[in-house]
Amino acid sequence: MGEINTDIYLGIGQFARELRINAVKMTHNGNSSHVGSVLSVADILAVLYSHVLKVNPKEPNSKNRDRFILSKGHAGAGVYSALAERGFFKKSELLQHCRNGSNLSGHISHKNIPGVELSTGSLGHGLPVAGGMALAGKLRKKRFKTFVLMSDGECDEGSNWEAALFASHHKLENLIAIVDYNKLQSIKSIKETLGLEPFLDKWKSFGWEVKEVDGHNHKDLVDALSFDTSKGSKPKCIIAHTIKGYGVSFMENKVLWHYRSPQGEEYKQAISELES
Amino acid sequence: MRDEFVNTFLQNAKDNSSLIFLTADLGFGAFDQLEKQLPNQYINVGVAEQNMIGVATGLSLEGFKVVAYSIGNFPTLRCLEQIRNDACYHETNITIVGMGGGFSYGPLGMSHHTTEDISIMRSLPGMKVLAPGTKKEAEFATSYLLNSHGVAYLRLDKSFAPNKKDFFYSDFKFGQAVVHRDGEDFAIFAMGGILEEALDASEKLAQKGIYCRVLSFHTIKPLDGEAIKKAIKETAGILTVEEHNLIGGLSSAVSEYCMLNQIHPKNFKSLALKDEYSSIVGSQKFLRKSYSLDSFTIVETINSLVNTFKNKI
Repeated sequence: MGEINTDIYLGIGQFARELRINAVKMTHNGNSSHVGSVLSVADILAVLYSHVLKVNPKEPNSKNRDRFILSKGHAGAGVYSALAERGFFKKSELLQHCRNGSNLSGHISHKNIPGVELSTGSLGHGLPVAGGMALAGKLRKKRFKTFVLMSDGECDEGSNWEAALFASHHKLENLIAIVDYNKLQSIKSIKETLGLEPFLDKWKSFGWEVKEVDGHNHKDLVDALSFDTSKGSKPKCIIAHTIKGYGVSFMENKVLWHYRSPQGEEYKQAISELES
Repeated sequence: MRDEFVNTFLQNAKDNSSLIFLTADLGFGAFDQLEKQLPNQYINVGVAEQNMIGVATGLSLEGFKVVAYSIGNFPTLRCLEQIRNDACYHETNITIVGMGGGFSYGPLGMSHHTTEDISIMRSLPGMKVLAPGTKKEAEFATSYLLNSHGVAYLRLDKSFAPNKKDFFYSDFKFGQAVVHRDGEDFAIFAMGGILEEALDASEKLAQKGIYCRVLSFHTIKPLDGEAIKKAIKETAGILTVEEHNLIGGLSSAVSEYCMLNQIHPKNFKSLALKDEYSSIVGSQKFLRKSYSLDSFTIVETINSLVNTFKNKI
């Protein structure tokens, strides 16, 4: 993908910045959690929705669309925001996030929201369902790809490893899992909670093709995610090294921002850092 | 019942390549023909029930009709959240089949005694729940489910009652209990293969001049309210019989229906596990006897109820 010109990266950069600003506004407005998780995946989502996923807001259920599942459902604000930016629904709806009666629940929901494939929120559900979708694509001889974005803490769930076995056994080369490896889970670090290392080797030993990337580097992400799935027979795993809360100085690497909603001075400072 | 289920699936799947069968590595020998004849529609997903329901959801969202099979508590309790969040919430087209309801696998111990499945499945919005009492009912329930949309739980039993005579597919109605024996003294409602105990008991009671109406509630959800109303109106009371915990099964479903509809049977008794785990090991027949769910207990219970009732009059 070396020939991509720099304008594209400029576009992705702007997209990612919009996602971050929206995330801070949405969690501020809805007095809701998980802003740190959204900031962690904002670059991955920006690359996916601006450059990688073949999706069409005018035809959200098109049979040949790429499927995308957000398995770490708590970062739903990021996907809602990406969909709104892409025109799947009005951006003004984002302000309703987590408010009384809103369609946009804190954990991602597919009900009444075009472009969302699967409601998640409980961890370890996305990869098995994605495996079923990828298998369906192969059975029907369709060319679409199925992407799943997972959290690192989520990899504690055994269901993912059941799905990992299944995907390699059934040679689901059209399945791409992306792990947001920010090394923090719900209370403390991965290292202090339930270590994942050697993480790359784990996926490899399960029969996956694995790449490690800087999850905030757009060029790396574009290169890693632009698989030619007509070649090879292994499912792909992208381990994206990220920083939770990336882009807002006082949120970076702080578990607190898994929960805390930006209010008052913190809100103003976050917006000002992202807009500068 | 399993053979009827598998054969029915095979017949339907031959003409419908959108029908997919998943098993979580159980059913040794039972699916050989299926695998041989329809290799692209049969997948053994391994001992991984959570993934099985996830994969079933993914396939269904892509337009396939999926049967997800395992035994005992494995296809329901082990992957309950996948059933709730993935299969049901996304309004998929999946039939979950649990072979070995109740004490079917009695000798194998408590892990294999399936005695809370109906209660738990029944509580999930959008879930249909079926537990046929005869081989024909199992065949027809399978046919019905394969040709209708939605998420369902089909509980198959190792035991079974004799088929009702002259009972054809057109006689089988989803959500409508089957009257296996008519009578106006008392009504026995059975769920699953334990129907055989109810029919056996009704024979013995008939010899004593007590004529029971015996119904197979092959569908627990939705429940056949009309059959309940009719039994209340025309008989001296209802006895529910099930190889299942008292909480949440047939007894609960019938009680809920009566209370919510302000109808009250003159007598109501339930034979079920009394909110306990079955730690005794033995054959299905032996365990029914051990937990007072056998035909002898049914006879005793109805006998005493009818006598008390007659004395009151």
